[in-house]
Amino acid sequence: MSDFFEALVQRKIALAGSGVLLIILFLAVFSPFVATHDPMGLNPLDRLQNPSAKHWFGTDHFGRDIYSRTVYGARMTIISGSGVVIYSISFGILIGLLSGYFREFGLVAMRLVDVVMSFPPLLLALALIAILGPGLLNVILSVSATYLTHTARIIFGLTLKIKEEAYVEAVRSIGANNGRIILRHILPNLLSPVIVQATFTFAFSLLQIASLDFLGVGVPPQVPSWGNMISEGRIYITRAPGVLLFPGIFIILTVLAFNLVGDVLRDKLDPRFREHLSEVKR
Amino acid sequence: MLKYMAKRFLSMIPTFILAAVMVFSFMHMMPGDPAAVMLGDTATPEQVQALRVAMGFERPIHVQFTRWFTGILQGDFGNSIFFHKPVLRVIVERAETSLFIAVLSMALIVVVGVPIGMISAIRYNSLADQTFSGAAMLAASIPTFWLGLNLMLIFAVVLGWLPSSGFPLVFESGNLGNLKYLILPCVTLAAPNSALIIRLTRASMLDVLREGYVTTARAKGLTELTVTLKHVFRNSLISVISVIGFTFVGLASGTVITETVFALPGIGRLVVESVLRRDYPVIQGVILIIAVAYMLINLLIDCCYTFLDPRIRIS
Repeated sequence: MSDFFEALVQRKIALAGSGVLLIILFLAVFSPFVATHDPMGLNPLDRLQNPSAKHWFGTDHFGRDIYSRTVYGARMTIISGSGVVIYSISFGILIGLLSGYFREFGLVAMRLVDVVMSFPPLLLALALIAILGPGLLNVILSVSATYLTHTARIIFGLTLKIKEEAYVEAVRSIGANNGRIILRHILPNLLSPVIVQATFTFAFSLLQIASLDFLGVGVPPQVPSWGNMISEGRIYITRAPGVLLFPGIFIILTVLAFNLVGDVLRDKLDPRFREHLSEVKR
Repeated sequence: MLKYMAKRFLSMIPTFILAAVMVFSFMHMMPGDPAAVMLGDTATPEQVQALRVAMGFERPIHVQFTRWFTGILQGDFGNSIFFHKPVLRVIVERAETSLFIAVLSMALIVVVGVPIGMISAIRYNSLADQTFSGAAMLAASIPTFWLGLNLMLIFAVVLGWLPSSGFPLVFESGNLGNLKYLILPCVTLAAPNSALIIRLTRASMLDVLREGYVTTARAKGLTELTVTLKHVFRNSLISVISVIGFTFVGLASGTVITETVFALPGIGRLVVESVLRRDYPVIQGVILIIAVAYMLINLLIDCCYTFLDPRIRIS
C-alpha cells in the first residue's frame, strides 16, 4: 500500500491526477457550500445565458445555474461510480476466487463469464435497464454486470497462479482448511491488483454511466448529472455552449485522472501479476 | 487446419446456446406480466391478453424457450411490438447504416492506430512517443457523445463543411456521395477506439523488439527499416489482429451513441428506441445477433492466427 502512495507522489503526472480526484471528491462532499445557486432552481427569465459574474458557467434552457449543477454533478459521479466499483469488484472477486480455487465451479462460472463478455458492454447495460427500468440503482447494477466479468476473469487468473505458490502448499500441509487458505493467504495477495482494477473500472464506468444518461435511460432528467446536463442542453448548444463545455470538461478530467493514476499504480504493481491486468473495454 | 477450424466452430455451439438462454431469460427476469409491461399503461386488458397469447407467455417456460430457440435457428426472431413486422426484417432495414459505419471506422482505426503505435514503439520514450501516448490516453477519456457533439458544432454548424445529421441510404438513392454524412460519425467513433489500438500495437512491438532474433537481425547488418518491417512488424502483427476482436465490441457499443448523436437510421439507434418503447423482441434479437457476430469474428481471427503463425499451426 505504501508503495502505491510513494509511486503517486514520485510521478508528477500521477500527482496531478490524484489532485484532480481530490478536488472532485471535495466538490462531491461539500456541494451545498461550493454551489452558488440551487441546482434545481428554475429561473426562466435568465435562460440560456453565457458565463457571467452571477452565473459563472452560464445557465441552461430552464435558467438553472450550470456551475451549481456541475458541482452537484460531481456528487452524482462519485456515488454512481463508487456503486459500480463496489458491486463489480466484490462480486468479481467472489466469482473469480471461487472459480480459481474450485476447478469444477470455475468451469461453469468462467463459461458464463465468457458469454456475458461476448455482449458489448453498453448494449448489455441497455438491455438490463430495459428490464429493470431506469433509476440510479438500476444504472449501477446494469453497468456493473459487464465490469464484474472483467474483474472475475483477472481474479480467476491470479488465483490459479497464487494457488500453486509454495506458501499455499506450506499452509495446506500444516492443516489449514480451504476457508483459511482463501481468506488469510490468497485474498491479501490480491489486494494490489484489485486496487488497480478498481481505478480503471471507475474510469470506464463513468463514461458508460454518462452515456446512459445521455441516451435518456439513466437517472431521471432533472437530476444534475454531467451526462444529463449535456443530453438536455444539446439542442441549445449553438446558443449556450456552456452546457456542453463545462460538464464535458469535468467528465474528461475525472476519467483522465483515474486513467493516469491507474497507469502509475499498474507500473508499480508486482510484475508477476501485471500481465493479468489487461485493458478494460469501453 | 480444417480439422482445427471445425473443432473451433463446434466449440462455439455451447457458447451460442448459453448466450441464447441468457438473452431469453432477460425477458423473463422482468418483474410483473411482460405483456402488460410491453404494452404500457394505456393498454386494455383484452389487448394484454391477446399479446400474452400471441407471445405464448401462457405455456410452460421450457416450451416457450424451445419454440423461441427453434425459431431463431430458422431466422425467426419473432415480431416487433412497435413495428408489427418480423424483428429480423426491422434489423435488416437498419443494417446498411451500421455496417457502413462499422467498416469505415474500423478502416480508420487501423490506418491511424497501427502506424502511430509502431512509431511510438520504434521511437520509444522520445517526444513523439510521449505525445502520442498522451493523446491516446486523452482520446480514451473523452465521452463519445461529447466528442460527437463538438465535432458537429464545429464542422457542421460553425464551418458548414459537412452535414450535421441523418443519412440518406446509399443503396436506395444509388448516390455514393451520401457517405459524406458518415464522416463525422466515423471520426467520432474511431477516436476512442484508435487509442486502444495505439496502446496495444505499441506494447506488442516493444515486446518483439526485446526478442533475440531482432538483435541477431541487427547484428548481421540489416538496415533498421528491414529489421522493423520484416522482423518486428510481422511478428507483432499477430497480437494486433487479435485486438480487432476487442475493437468490434467497442464499435458496437460506440455506434449506439454516434447514431443517436447524428440521428442516423442504424441498429444502434434502433436499440435505444426499442429500450424507450419497451420493444423487447427487437432488443433480444439485436443483442443475440451482435453476440453471434462477435463469436464469428473471434473464430475468423483464430483462423487468421493459425494461417499467419506456423508455430500455432503445428501445435
